[in-house]
Amino acid sequence: MSAKHKISVTLNGKKIEREVEPRLLLGDFLREEIGLLGVHHGCEQGVCGACTILLNGDSVRACLMFAVQADGAEITTVEGIGEPGNLHPLQQSFWDHHALQCGFCTPGMLLTSIDLIKKYPLENDEQIRHGLSGNICRCTGYQNIVTAVREAAPGLRAAK
Amino acid sequence: MKPPAFDYVCARSLDEAIDALGRRPGEAKILAGGQSLTPMLNFRLAHPGMLVDINRIPGIDAIRDDDGGVRIGTLARHRAIEVSDSIRKKFPILTAAAAHVGHLAIRNRGTFGGSIAHADPAAEWPMLALLLDAQIEAKGPQGARTIPAREFFTTFLTTALGDAEILTEVKLPALPAKTGWGFEELSRRPGDFALAAVAAIVTLDGKTIKDARISMGGVGGTPLRAPGAEALLRGKPADAALFEQAGKKAAEESDPSNDVHATADYRRHLVSVLTRRALTSAAEKAAQG
Ligand SMILES: Cc1cc2nc3c(=O)[nH]c(=O)nc-3n(C[C@H](O)[C@H](O)[C@H](O)COP(=O)(O)OP(=O)(O)OC[C@H]3O[C@@H](n4cnc5c(N)ncnc54)[C@H](O)[C@@H]3O)c2cc1C
Repeated sequence: MSAKHKISVTLNGKKIEREVEPRLLLGDFLREEIGLLGVHHGCEQGVCGACTILLNGDSVRACLMFAVQADGAEITTVEGIGEPGNLHPLQQSFWDHHALQCGFCTPGMLLTSIDLIKKYPLENDEQIRHGLSGNICRCTGYQNIVTAVREAAPGLRAAK
Repeated sequence: MKPPAFDYVCARSLDEAIDALGRRPGEAKILAGGQSLTPMLNFRLAHPGMLVDINRIPGIDAIRDDDGGVRIGTLARHRAIEVSDSIRKKFPILTAAAAHVGHLAIRNRGTFGGSIAHADPAAEWPMLALLLDAQIEAKGPQGARTIPAREFFTTFLTTALGDAEILTEVKLPALPAKTGWGFEELSRRPGDFALAAVAAIVTLDGKTIKDARISMGGVGGTPLRAPGAEALLRGKPADAALFEQAGKKAAEESDPSNDVHATADYRRHLVSVLTRRALTSAAEKAAQG
């Protein structure tokens, strides 16, 4: 057993403090200790993208970081971008365009897309597909996810 | 699976990190972006007793102009390289290759030095360090030293770095005038490691090739240069038949193996095609510049 470390993190706008064992993955910390069940662990090797969160605004894999490393960081999970009745514009677009079926990949798709829209022009569907290539969906065939991102992007850019 | 237990040190300076590594020789490992190390821990393919986190050491992520070249701090994220103006200006081949390194979330976190220290033969940064004759700087208990890229990659996932040595910075020396570049990679899906990749630079004197360098990824235990193909090009007029011939030579000089992704024969074929394309594109750019 290795020594625990104290961390302080701003999680979806709320500051929390906890003691964590070094080997605790950030994703497990968010799910198991905080109860943010929107963080989905699929592959635990960074390939599937389901656990993607925003760390200080940048998309990262929650399965490839340790909770202890997040000390002092601001973290946004899917729970922090919108809620039933008050969806984030990208969530609304996923709803409007039927961009999800089972929903397992959806939190990662949303947070990845928010970062992609911020950092890349996404001038055509090919660029959107390329940007989302690190997020795997086994239900939709991607078509509607690409549509949802394409349709939401201009509004999100204008809102900034 | 979940990672095995380890002790964790968050170093605040290089000296503190070197000291921590030295206290648990052979057992302590550096944690940089964690985009290669953490999967290995999650699958229990690695069991370090201690991780020394270098993410909070100030200043080691800087990208600086240097003598016509560039110095890249070990902790520079892949994403920082993708968007750096000085790299775009001096080494646009890195800007182009950055788009091939994993996905945005991987690029946001993974580091330049981590990739070079990890030394995956199919990774972009190691093969480009070899192409650009990078000077790799390391610091350890015995002090600082500089290792030329040609001596750095020893075998599969293995480098010349000692146990308690930290890769600190990579210097990319200035390229001569009239030099163009080409980067060609084939992977099954965007963001996957390359089945084969070839990077080339060509320096022209009028229509004659003054110098050419070729580096190959994914086709050997380490990234490889193609000295025979390079020699064949030097001093000759740049033309399509010559590039075709150089591609064949480079394929002979590659050393691919069979795996689930592709056969060695297919990879060797890719080397000849990708080399021809990379040289063609490099010569075109050199003629314009
Ligand atoms: C889904 C996915 C796709 C990927 N695709 C690609 C790809 O297409 N191309 C590609 O090149 N890479 C790819 N990667 C790997 C990625 O680029 C990693 O970031 C990189 O290989 C390692 O850098 P890191 O900073 O994450 O290092 P870490 O994972 O932290 O460390 C890797 C190794 O290097 C050692 N190390 C790290 N820094 C230093 C240092 N300064 N001095 C000495 N030793 C050090 C560590 O101890 C460890 O052994 C991918 C990763 C994932 C998860």
